Amino acid sequence: MDVRDRVARAVLACMAAITASGIFLIALAVVLGGWPALPDLIGTVWRPEEGRFGALPLLAGSLLVSLGASAGAVPLGIGMGLFLVEVAPPLLADLMRRLLRAMAAVPSVVFGFVALDLVVPWIRARFGGLGLSLMAASIVLTAMVLPTVAAVAEDALRAVSPALREGAYALGASQGQVAWRLVLPAARRGLAAAAVLALGRALGETTAVLMVMGNAAAFPRSPVDPARTLTSAVALEMAYAAGRHRQALFACGALLLVLNLVTMHLARRAAEGGAER
Amino acid sequence: MRALLTALALLVTGMMIGLVGFLTVRGAGSLTPGFLFSMPSGSGGEGGILPAALSTLWLAAGALSLALPLGVGTAVYLVEYARPGPLVCAIRTLTETLAGVPSILFGLFGFALFVVRLGWGPTLLTASATLALMLLPTVVRTSEEALAAVPQDLREGAAALGSSRWDAVRRVVLPQAAPGIATGALLALGRAVGETAAVLLTSGVGLTLPRTIMDSSRPLAVHLFLLAGEGSAGGRAHATALALVIGTLLFNVLADLALWRRRAS
Repeated sequence: MDVRDRVARAVLACMAAITASGIFLIALAVVLGGWPALPDLIGTVWRPEEGRFGALPLLAGSLLVSLGASAGAVPLGIGMGLFLVEVAPPLLADLMRRLLRAMAAVPSVVFGFVALDLVVPWIRARFGGLGLSLMAASIVLTAMVLPTVAAVAEDALRAVSPALREGAYALGASQGQVAWRLVLPAARRGLAAAAVLALGRALGETTAVLMVMGNAAAFPRSPVDPARTLTSAVALEMAYAAGRHRQALFACGALLLVLNLVTMHLARRAAEGGAER
Repeated sequence: MRALLTALALLVTGMMIGLVGFLTVRGAGSLTPGFLFSMPSGSGGEGGILPAALSTLWLAAGALSLALPLGVGTAVYLVEYARPGPLVCAIRTLTETLAGVPSILFGLFGFALFVVRLGWGPTLLTASATLALMLLPTVVRTSEEALAAVPQDLREGAAALGSSRWDAVRRVVLPQAAPGIATGALLALGRAVGETAAVLLTSGVGLTLPRTIMDSSRPLAVHLFLLAGEGSAGGRAHATALALVIGTLLFNVLADLALWRRRAS
């Protein structure tokens, strides 16, 4: 091995080490910034101006809006996956895939902006309240997470062996029966991965949620109530927070990172389980 | 079932067309060269978007020029140098984990390290470095795929002619993989242009014209976010949103084209 090759190898290995350390850098930043305030987060009142940093209302906001988004995006995304795999002719499927990719590329801030004009007034007129609400955020997040769910669901459905399908058709099953009784159950691990992934993505989303959710730091009593998430608390308050308040926001970041790592780990495990079948 | 799924596909298509159509109807009238190339006035709701557009360009260019060498280097190490084993597996898993981290946490990291600890304050360089870390997994993944798609024969041919591994990588493998790497770079640029949360805490919110990457100025995405909060910009906010959508979709179409050219050749 000549010298330049050795140097190249060493430099490239350093680059790989830097890339691999990225996740640790982020973990270090939120843990170092937030650990003194971690115990403060256990509480039901988030009122920074009074020095009360109970993050349970924020956690509730994050979880509720993510569950709301998953309730919309998982059935719709799996439906889109089925459409692409079982129904659409190749050309149309290709077109739809492009459309979904374009939808995934639309910036979060644009989703939030359009929802402020279309979704929020509709909720205000139809259900009362401010319109800025859990429901508005769930609807926006449904649209934002849908392309990811559809892509993962499509892969899972496509991985179902064609022999199974052909066998079922040979026995006289209808297209609906094949999809509902055979393809969906056979792909259930991959579909579960898609669902968990949707939840994880929704938990981490910030900008669009921040714009349409009203951001009241209290437990929401109904879907049309405003609420604040962990992510929106960080984005909204970090600019002016100092001292204990800043530490509490970093601690919220640490909580968010833990939630994210757990959901992503579950999604990966579900997907790998699907591949072994 | 067919009808139901087709209706669903129509609904999703309608959502996307509705979103772009709505912005076009409300904003296209205001999206003029004069709007793009003039300075804002008031609190940003009047006048043009020149500083924000320039900030976005600086930001995207800065982030990519940091993420591309690092990402391609990592991919070359993983595909061309490292022996497959637990180490390579660990690096891949860690990179994949980084890809799933919410963007606000990148912002928090950039804020803690660059703004507070290193004392750079909010500048476009701060935001670029933050975004670079966020784009890194995308660049690594697409570059790895591009490198893995280069036929093994080419490497063996280069080795048979007596070239070292590094020469083979530099002269044979990387040129072959370039279109695939370009695809990844374009996808990364699209994300950089549209990102708000990671940048909100690191770029600053000033409306002055950024002259270098060391200046602090709000990018387009942050500009739109702040305009929406003020709620008074009328068609100009819609024009800003439309510009942002066109910008991000443009990079995605270019990425598709690069991919298509690779397949064709």
